[in-house]
Amino acid sequence: MQDQWTVYGTALSSRLFMGSALFPSPQVMADSVRASGAEVVTLSLRRQSPETGAGQAIWDYIRALDCRLLPNTAGCHTAREAVTLARMSREIFATDWVKLEVIGDDYNLQPDPFGLVEAADELIRDGFKVFPYCTDDLVLCRRLLDVGCEVLMPWGAPIGTGKGLVNPHALATLRERLPDVPLIIDAGIGKPSDAVQALEMGFDGILLNTAVAQSTDPVTMARAFAGAVESGRLAHHGGVMPERQTAQPSTPTVGTPFWHENP
Amino acid sequence: MIKLSINGEVRRLEEGMTVADALGHLGFEGEGFAVAVNGEFVPRAAYPEHRLQDGDQLDVVAPVQGG
Repeated sequence: MQDQWTVYGTALSSRLFMGSALFPSPQVMADSVRASGAEVVTLSLRRQSPETGAGQAIWDYIRALDCRLLPNTAGCHTAREAVTLARMSREIFATDWVKLEVIGDDYNLQPDPFGLVEAADELIRDGFKVFPYCTDDLVLCRRLLDVGCEVLMPWGAPIGTGKGLVNPHALATLRERLPDVPLIIDAGIGKPSDAVQALEMGFDGILLNTAVAQSTDPVTMARAFAGAVESGRLAHHGGVMPERQTAQPSTPTVGTPFWHENP
Repeated sequence: MIKLSINGEVRRLEEGMTVADALGHLGFEGEGFAVAVNGEFVPRAAYPEHRLQDGDQLDVVAPVQGG
């Protein structure tokens, strides 16, 4: 099925974004990203000493994937930190895409909604294409759209928990109220069935990392997620049947043998 | 001498050094890193002019895997 979609004017075929962290080795990371079919890969920036080759090894592996890069601002706790890190990553990676993370609580790695809107506003004025990692709060999402975000990345569950979509009601509300905004479920996906659920609900894509990287066999799991995303997307197009409270036979009842009127 | 914090470590450098001088002195080569001074991004083109002051905090970052 030809099923292209567009984020910030860029056409994508895959609905999977992949993180590059936590894999057993850079080679397994690269093989998993290829197996997933993802066209967008996230990465980050950290302090580096000259002796460690300034991060060259992992960067070489990621560059060889020939994917679109989505640098994150992981670890930033204020709008100012996130804006600075975004500017540093734009210079290194030569992209104006940024996965904007401003963390408000270290226990949950929960986005700080106030810092997030402030940073998104400043970065968009500075020419960035911001992919905000946000909660499933509808009003926050509206504020992010108000300052110019063209795509939103609400969490399914806190980063790295693998709990799936913990608040399907809030996510369904987002989908319903923002029907034309590309929405990518970022964080919390644990199993391919969570990915199916997200795509079935009409979300445009998912961003995965731990669920693949920390599985027993990441390359196989990456393939499983690729299939799940395609399946969920097809189900969304196919239109799920309405649920019923009582049974209804699927086999025709007319002509049932041995049938007789109750005495 | 001036005292700087470089990636969180205190270092002493010659007075009057620019960002370009400091990076060369510390052994950073090539283009695989970016720089901030006191939490503000310093573009590569500004390295030769940006003079470091006593007490400055210099951050040098490079690509790593991320989610």
